[in-house]
Amino acid sequence: MEMFFYLFAGLIVISSVLVVISNNPIYSVLWLIFAFCNGSGLMILLGAEFLAMMLIIVYVGAVAILFLFVIMMLDINFIKTVTQFKTNLLISITVALIMFADLVTIIWLSTKNIVADNSKFSPQLEVVLMSRTNTHSIGQVLYTDFILPFQISGIILFVAMISCITLTLRHRLGVKKQDIAKQKARNKDNSILIAKPNLHEGVEGIAYD
Amino acid sequence: MISSIGLEHYLILSSLIFSVGMFGLFMHRKNIITILMSIELMLLAVNINFVAFSSYSNDISGQVFSIIILTIAAAETAIGLAILLAHFRNSGSILISDINQMKG
Repeated sequence: MEMFFYLFAGLIVISSVLVVISNNPIYSVLWLIFAFCNGSGLMILLGAEFLAMMLIIVYVGAVAILFLFVIMMLDINFIKTVTQFKTNLLISITVALIMFADLVTIIWLSTKNIVADNSKFSPQLEVVLMSRTNTHSIGQVLYTDFILPFQISGIILFVAMISCITLTLRHRLGVKKQDIAKQKARNKDNSILIAKPNLHEGVEGIAYD
Repeated sequence: MISSIGLEHYLILSSLIFSVGMFGLFMHRKNIITILMSIELMLLAVNINFVAFSSYSNDISGQVFSIIILTIAAAETAIGLAILLAHFRNSGSILISDINQMKG
């Protein structure tokens, strides 16, 4: 159990560092997938199986593939990103270290005086004792107590879908498309012209669609 | 099986991942794809934090919040990449320093 925690934790830290220091964005995406798989392992250790599977489905299945798709669709010059790699290194290391020191200090100060009551509780034990799966207990509160946030997140997804379609939709000129109403409105009177042209003269006044 | 891994272990781990994400955010200030990936890392850290608190305080609400964060993160990434695609079509570049056409 402890071994698995340290395995997943070490792998997730290594892969997240490799996400940010890779020069090629495709390698970054692949390390991000690895980090999310390890995060899902950590969530299984914590007894949150539904969320672990959700993380793999949503991130590895959708978001990471979206990243890969966009990176491969854009023709990016990688050399530009390499040249500005060194300039920000010092300030970013400083900021990250200050942030980490702050967070560790806060965690240490807030959990120093609290005796963690781990003796009676273990996530795995809990699931067995309650004989109810994690998915069952999430579903019991998700549609009752948390119905409003759930609906709002659905609306946010809907708006995001509409905005993504609107942003990436492109009306090309010169492409012939089928217009059903135009087809249905066409009849004999406005599509056929019976003309009797004279010799050596053309027909005037023909309107093409 | 009683675990000796406490809540602090998960909190330290998630703060470490958050700091790494922030490091990436500051280091790749020009490359918007890496910035989006760093934001994903920070959201992963937040999710681990929520799930750890939920698991150790015997309350399922943290996991529900984590699901909602997952939803918002997916929507944010999709919109960010769509904006990136539209901008790349207009200007042929994804560097942030080239996004100065609106000028406030």
